Amino acid sequence: MEFFNSSIFMLDSSIRLTVPLLLACLAGLYSERAGIFDIGLEGKMLAGAFAAATVAALSGSALYGLMAGIGVSIIMSLIHGVASITFRGNQIISGVAINFLAAGLTTLLGQTWFRQGGRTPQLSGDARFTGIELPYAAELADVPIIGGIYSELLSGHNILVYVAFAAVPITYYVLFHTRFGLRLRASGENPKAVDTAGVNVNFMRFKAVIITGVLCGIAGAYLSTAQSAGFGNNMTAGKGFIALAALIFAKWMPIRALFATLLFGFLDALQIRLQGVELPMIGEVPVQLIQALPYVLTVILLAGFIGKAVGPKAGGIPYVKER
Amino acid sequence: MTENSPNIQQRPKTAAVGDVAIELVGINKHFGPVHANKDIDLKIRRGTVHGIVGENGAGKTTLMSILYGFYTADSGQILVDGKPVKINDSSHALELGIGMVHQHFMLVDNFTVLENVILGAEDSPLLKTSLAKARSVLAQLATDYELEVDPDALIEDLSVGGQQRVEILKALYRGAQTLILDEPTGVLTPSEADHLFKVLETLRAQGKTIILITHKLREIMAITDDVSVMRQGAMVKTLITKNTDPAELAELMVGRRVLLRVEKGEANPGDVLLSVRDLEVKDDMGVLRVKGVDIDVRAGEIVGIAGVAGNGQSDLLEAVTGMRQASAGKIQIKGKDLRFSGDAGGALVRKLGLAHVPEDRQEAGLVIEFEQWENAILGYQDDDKYGQGVFLSIAAARAEANEHIKKYDIRPANNRLKTANFSGGNQQKIVLAREMSSNPDVLVIGQPTRGVDIGAIEFIHNQIIAMRDAGKAVLLVSVELDEIRSLSDRILVMFDGHIVGEADPATATESELGLLMAGIEDQSATKPENNKERTK
Repeated sequence: MEFFNSSIFMLDSSIRLTVPLLLACLAGLYSERAGIFDIGLEGKMLAGAFAAATVAALSGSALYGLMAGIGVSIIMSLIHGVASITFRGNQIISGVAINFLAAGLTTLLGQTWFRQGGRTPQLSGDARFTGIELPYAAELADVPIIGGIYSELLSGHNILVYVAFAAVPITYYVLFHTRFGLRLRASGENPKAVDTAGVNVNFMRFKAVIITGVLCGIAGAYLSTAQSAGFGNNMTAGKGFIALAALIFAKWMPIRALFATLLFGFLDALQIRLQGVELPMIGEVPVQLIQALPYVLTVILLAGFIGKAVGPKAGGIPYVKER
Repeated sequence: MTENSPNIQQRPKTAAVGDVAIELVGINKHFGPVHANKDIDLKIRRGTVHGIVGENGAGKTTLMSILYGFYTADSGQILVDGKPVKINDSSHALELGIGMVHQHFMLVDNFTVLENVILGAEDSPLLKTSLAKARSVLAQLATDYELEVDPDALIEDLSVGGQQRVEILKALYRGAQTLILDEPTGVLTPSEADHLFKVLETLRAQGKTIILITHKLREIMAITDDVSVMRQGAMVKTLITKNTDPAELAELMVGRRVLLRVEKGEANPGDVLLSVRDLEVKDDMGVLRVKGVDIDVRAGEIVGIAGVAGNGQSDLLEAVTGMRQASAGKIQIKGKDLRFSGDAGGALVRKLGLAHVPEDRQEAGLVIEFEQWENAILGYQDDDKYGQGVFLSIAAARAEANEHIKKYDIRPANNRLKTANFSGGNQQKIVLAREMSSNPDVLVIGQPTRGVDIGAIEFIHNQIIAMRDAGKAVLLVSVELDEIRSLSDRILVMFDGHIVGEADPATATESELGLLMAGIEDQSATKPENNKERTK
């Protein structure tokens, strides 16, 4: 029972750590499926997190914070879109620029406005997303096994967690069962085919990039107003890049993206759990080594395990109609 | 056209065969400094097959892309059923009943046939109903026009002919009354091409209008009712097909008289200079592509390898020319074994006296961003005459380049021009000039005239014959059966990695070769005595 409880606890924290990765991964999926590489997931999340924490702190409403986070993230997306779709700039460079812009601006504005070393004020009460008790969670809590799974693992998360996991089947459905999804995927595979079929490729790609902005904004808001109680300097800490790795690992498929990010989320939870723990035979492992675990695994997985991951064929190439 | 029915859907019922379906008036189009279409006037009659011929770069595709809304004209007018229309994008053209089958298919490779067909023509936000409808429409079209394809197959799994049928189905599904086909037979086998023509005839019989862009005069004569000739962006003339002949059309296309047949004398074969025994070659994926092939090429003869693209010819060429390691077997150039490690093969075959004109000049023959003089010595840059040690004698290289330009009539005659800015035919001449000037004993040529104009084809063919007459051994691979037949002294047919037959170009008919190329054994072709393995 002790093992079961600690397992449930581990999985519970895995889920919470998976959420930003999953949202960012799906965000990247929309963009890249439409043929726009997005290395700027990190920057968009960071900007979204800052905007969400700032507005939540000032308004006292987590919802307003979320909206601000989404709004700012969409603006960043549109900058990427204008640079790489309209002006056919290099998508990688534009994405890197977004990351720098976000890292610099959030620190600068945070320090200028709040003078707390780049941090935003501590959020409390309605300014944060708090857990939602699913029906009968309290009543079922003492039932063995089921109680643990239902009341601990499934219940008690904030709304953004449920949004993130709901986004997986929704994305799957949108991508493979709707007109929008068909055109989006085709734009990333063979934009000329889309164009000759009478559909505006660049408009299609802009729509995809905006969805990317929305999802990154939610991911950012989750980090600063749900998982933490405020924005901290560079709080995304490479999650955007891990999401990108998960996207490749998942071969640009939404269901696989769920499992890929769950794996990374689990590793992150494990990393936290292992800190300061004496392992049999080995003893206490230095904390830096454990913290590096998810990143090391990212490299190993990408280098060796997934085989050849072939992305959308037209990815990274601006669509030029006139020769 | 007297009735200007505003309703497109009713048009087929009210219009009669022979009326002008589409009229272009004074179309002009520039791409930068290039005047691609000059004041083009054209009338297309309904229910006919209208051919448009011209050399590469004559402006055929540009003109049709304007009609299809892919480009917009700088000036001029388009009339559909006598009504002036503005076609700003492809969806507008589709609404007007104009569909196009592009030379490079506009299909998404990892989508199914159904998904490709409905792309851009979905009825509702959800795909389910559109897919179901497309499935039944496709079944109907398949029976009406002999356009069978498996609706659930992925495009990448279909043959080229199958992919082309999907393109036609796409246009018909969108209700196309006028179908533009851009060089449709360039990628097809003879039998696939025959099937296509049957489909086109059925379409015409059902009242559809077909515009056929091609540079193959045989196809024009075989299927079109009218034919328009374009040259250097201008419309030269429109003729009734049955009142003209290939010679007249060729002259109109090129602007001078062209010999359509290759003039060559008897071959005088000498010693075997290139010998291939039991050769096996695997491709990048590790799939066996050449499955035990024996070939001998003698001095003073041209051996042509015919076959549908993808039956191992490319891999054979790569092995013989040192671009790829053979997995088994022996290659001898002038009696010396070709053995190399890594990527040293290209330099080694040159040293042994073999020159190579690759199948894909832009991928393997040229550095497209280089100036012409740089490409003129590429692969031979270490020769002593271009300088010592690490130094390159630019003067010597440029002199060589000018030599090539003069001898091979490369235009424009400017060795400082970037190679990408030469036309396809002139790029090919740059490669040919370089390889032939190296005075090799063995010349291996893949697709000598792919994407090359009729005028340049004549020149290139004559150069190849001249090499033969100078006592070189020439191995030729081409998917153009006509080319193989007119140049070769012996024809070997390759199918599924094997040489399945040898034929005498003087006596073998196209249908005999076609059967061999399709892997069907034919009695009339003689069996090469040195080939142990044969497939059915």
